[in-house]
Amino acid sequence: MSAVLQLSDVTRIHGAGATEVHALRSVTFAAYAGELVAVMGPSGSGKSTLLTLAGGLDQPTDGSVAVEGTDLGALGSKGRARLRRTSIGYVFQDFNLIPALTAAENVALPRELDGERSRNAGRLARAALEEVGIGDLADRFPDEMSGGQQQRVAIARAVVGERRLILADEPTGALDTETGEEILRLIRARCDAGAAGVLVTHEARHAAWADRVVFLRDGVVVDETGSTPVDALLEPGLAR
Amino acid sequence: MSVRQALLALLEQGPMYGYQLRSEFEQRTGATWPLNVGQVYTTLSRLERDGLVEKAGGADGSTGDDAHVMYKVTDPGRAEVSEWFTMPVPRTQPPRDELAIKLALAVTVSGVDVGAVIQQQRSATISALQDYTRLKRSGRAATPEAVEDLAWSLVLDSLVFGAEAEVRWLDHCEARLRRAGELRSATRRVPAAAADDEEARR
Repeated sequence: MSAVLQLSDVTRIHGAGATEVHALRSVTFAAYAGELVAVMGPSGSGKSTLLTLAGGLDQPTDGSVAVEGTDLGALGSKGRARLRRTSIGYVFQDFNLIPALTAAENVALPRELDGERSRNAGRLARAALEEVGIGDLADRFPDEMSGGQQQRVAIARAVVGERRLILADEPTGALDTETGEEILRLIRARCDAGAAGVLVTHEARHAAWADRVVFLRDGVVVDETGSTPVDALLEPGLAR
Repeated sequence: MSVRQALLALLEQGPMYGYQLRSEFEQRTGATWPLNVGQVYTTLSRLERDGLVEKAGGADGSTGDDAHVMYKVTDPGRAEVSEWFTMPVPRTQPPRDELAIKLALAVTVSGVDVGAVIQQQRSATISALQDYTRLKRSGRAATPEAVEDLAWSLVLDSLVFGAEAEVRWLDHCEARLRRAGELRSATRRVPAAAADDEEARR
């Protein structure tokens, strides 16, 4: 099986000389279709750098980043922007919705930018909003919605048009625990439906929704937790 | 664990026999605190001795065969349940915490790689968290229909928050030990100044 996201030997150095900072050091990392991978680590461990590189928002100093087999470094900035619109969905902590656009227009925007006819883009947007459970809020503006609803819009925008790589940077950071959990449930469902997800978080409770948890420390992967279930925790009578 | 109070509280719902009590208990708590049926009967006979429960007759006035002896709660039993729900669970004597003790010793015993101790524990605790979360998103905890399912999902939440607290404490220990210069071999070290620069940039 080929990886949807593949970072090979990626190094990212910010600055030069005395102020040089190694944000990532020879990191190799992959996310496959159907899995959610969490990246944990303290501030400054390189986890956000990893995500911006995966999303083509930044370039590695050394090594390569490939999305669905396409080397991002080999594309120009135009090609990268196009790939971002068609293959990569980004979910941010602070939602990043455009306040002057309705929920449906926010979700339709990446499709329209990609040349989709606006009627068709609107239809896809409404379907995506339906899928995240807020079809009835399609015509609301962001400031008319709760934080949890806004984040649902952001997730709809990230998944619209069958994008297969979902990158989420502390997506539950601004939400209460129960709302945050609903957001994780949606991201999880998207991965169960075949997307590859990368979730950056410093909260273990959120990372636990992932199939694998990767620990970054000082730009290096220091550990990785698989997902072998512990038998003792099984609920009695629960068929597995 | 207060098996005694738990059984009394369950009997508030109506007369039950031992197996039934055990299955009602596990409906709410999963296999988190397994209860064997012998323990249930021992507890019931102590409760009976103390006058908190009594054997309940069936419709025909019989008390059933040995395996199906029904018990019901008495008035003093009800009073004990109500007191249990009113009083907070005492926290004056923290239960012995093997991990806290292990870390306290790892820090002071020479030659122990404290960084590795922390990292291994964190991996193990996160694996357990993943298991709890998997149970939360599958089965009856994910879509609670009965109130017992909701109870079970709250017990799972308790395990989740407990494990999360442990991971946060481990992160905190690691950060403090690094600052104190006590972690040498955990990972490749970066000059502290460089790490601070990156922190400031964010």
